[in-house]
Amino acid sequence: MASETTHRRDYASWGRYPPSAPAHVERLRWRHALPPLDGGRPVLAYGRGRSYGDACLNNGGVLLDTAGLDRVLGFDREAGRLRAEAGMTLGEVLALVVPHGWFLPVTPGTRHVTLGGAVANDVHGKNHHLAGTFGRHVTRLGLARSTGERLTLEPGDPLFRATVAGLGLTGLILWVELRLQPVASDQVDVATTRFEDLDAFFALSERANRRSPYVVAWVDAQRPEGRGVLIEGAHVGPDAGLPPPGVWRQRRLRVPFDAPEGLLRPTTLRLFNALYYRKQIAPVRRTRTHYAPFFYPLDAVRDWNRLYGRRGLLQHQCVVPFDDGREATRALLARVAESGAGSFLAVLKLFGDVPSPGLLSFPRPGVTLALDFAHRGEETVRLLHRLDGLVREAGGAVYPAKDACMTPESFRAFFPQWPAFAEHLDPAFSSSFWRRVTGG
Amino acid sequence: MNVLIVGATSAIAQAVARRFAADGAALVLAARDPEKLGAVADDLRARGASRVHTHRFDAADFAQHAALVEAVAAEASGGLDHALLAYGTLPDPSVVTTDAEAVAEAFTLNATSVVALMTRLATLLEQQGQGSLTVIASVAGDRGRPSNYVYGAAKGAVALFAAGLRARLAPRGVQVTTVKPGLVDTPMTAHLPKNALFADPADVGAQIHRAMVRRRDVAYVPRFWRPVMAAIRAVPERLFKRLDL
Repeated sequence: MASETTHRRDYASWGRYPPSAPAHVERLRWRHALPPLDGGRPVLAYGRGRSYGDACLNNGGVLLDTAGLDRVLGFDREAGRLRAEAGMTLGEVLALVVPHGWFLPVTPGTRHVTLGGAVANDVHGKNHHLAGTFGRHVTRLGLARSTGERLTLEPGDPLFRATVAGLGLTGLILWVELRLQPVASDQVDVATTRFEDLDAFFALSERANRRSPYVVAWVDAQRPEGRGVLIEGAHVGPDAGLPPPGVWRQRRLRVPFDAPEGLLRPTTLRLFNALYYRKQIAPVRRTRTHYAPFFYPLDAVRDWNRLYGRRGLLQHQCVVPFDDGREATRALLARVAESGAGSFLAVLKLFGDVPSPGLLSFPRPGVTLALDFAHRGEETVRLLHRLDGLVREAGGAVYPAKDACMTPESFRAFFPQWPAFAEHLDPAFSSSFWRRVTGG
Repeated sequence: MNVLIVGATSAIAQAVARRFAADGAALVLAARDPEKLGAVADDLRARGASRVHTHRFDAADFAQHAALVEAVAAEASGGLDHALLAYGTLPDPSVVTTDAEAVAEAFTLNATSVVALMTRLATLLEQQGQGSLTVIASVAGDRGRPSNYVYGAAKGAVALFAAGLRARLAPRGVQVTTVKPGLVDTPMTAHLPKNALFADPADVGAQIHRAMVRRRDVAYVPRFWRPVMAAIRAVPERLFKRLDL
């Protein structure tokens, strides 16, 4: 029952594009007492609406709001196992488990996603090179099918492989059981290193991936050479003698209204990026910080998506295989710089080779680049299609959880295994994303 | 710390209970639906409650009241510290305008059963010579409004009863707390169109927990309802009856 997020009533996605309206919203309260799921209109679970594009939308259908399914079924404080209903957010999980010396095994860049959403998108984080995706750490999950069946799935089950990264299309995820990782404190040691270009990024990242559990880079997408800052982190170990983990009280800023469209224009972006790059004068800087600002810097600004104005924002996250990952990344950055569209936040990371557990999982070995663009109409969509084209040429994939634009052809190229996945669909479930990419 | 929550599966009650669980309290939960009760109990155990007892309990069945209070007295070793009555229904105004039986039924559950149970719990707390008894009334009980006067009258009766009980028990070390929530976004109000006045049950639960621990007399939650209701109460009846509130 996180107070800041249960009030979402617009049932939009985080990018606030495409516009969408469910015909009806069912607010779920009890996992034992679900409404009938086969009422004619397609249904889809809606957590906290943190998917950027239309993966969490069901235009004209029924949304099952899972905010009321936020109960813990069991928390083994000795073994570090948590079983909780699918509507519980990762932030609520952390508030519960960190004081007992546990942490999420994998976390994305916001803690306002639900467990169900984390499974359905098989999310990843800065420790992908070590830990793989979120789904790797799920030991069991409960699934309600529209037939009325209630299933408990385990990693060996074919339906488990379809449900992890299954975009909520195999049924309603009721609860999730996961393995936590032990931590000795709530602090993270951080080292940031400036790099001049992409070659330096690759060299630094490969080294960092060998020594640090968390690695991610910010890159200046205003410029083609790929300069940026590499950020490494590690939970502070027990020998540091820090007090046991406590509860984090973050002061929060808020964006109270939609920013004018001109705010995030190329000139301001260039300025922001140049300042961010130059903020760091020393080539390497070391700090110690609470986990919240390290993992969730944007969570400190509530409704930051409104900075992108009324038309919303478009995200693009791709992964390209290592073979010619360097060239492909260079080509992508060059295309973005040349477009002048400008990305406020561009993030680079080298994924590891830990296999992803879901049939439709996005992470695979390679370089991942995440970009966001203020939606400026057709030209922005055209840019994303061109980026999709480059990713297809490189044999990569684009992340459905962040996508609002990929064509059905691109989807089939990115996820050639999709027919095997489609066999596990629950016929009553669908989403705006699924209808878009399968033409159904 | 031993805490009894009657109507423990309501959204507000769950939010209050989570606060007590985080403090490591021992909880006794009473509600009608055993499956829901089980889910809530598991949640509170995982969130730190030192012990959770559950009782299948229907407040409308007065015959169950004595047994519940006896069981609570037995389970709360070291004494009952807090009791919270958090159950109730919001009757459909279109039904209770003409259906006398529905009016009586709504009044029985929301008022008569509550004051009856409060009487039994007050006796237990009085014997202990300590503890607090908290009841959820409503801002609707502060003034009779055309849209919900049946619910409001029941909640008003509870608030008046609580005020008297509070004064009677104060010299005996027992605190009676009246909580008056405004509009809260819960299953009880699921059918109402939502606006900015609706509060989140988690916030409301946190404020009720605070009122209980701090032994408040009357707590409006959220707090802005106190001046709002003071203003509404101050409107002369001659004018009030013409307002469409």
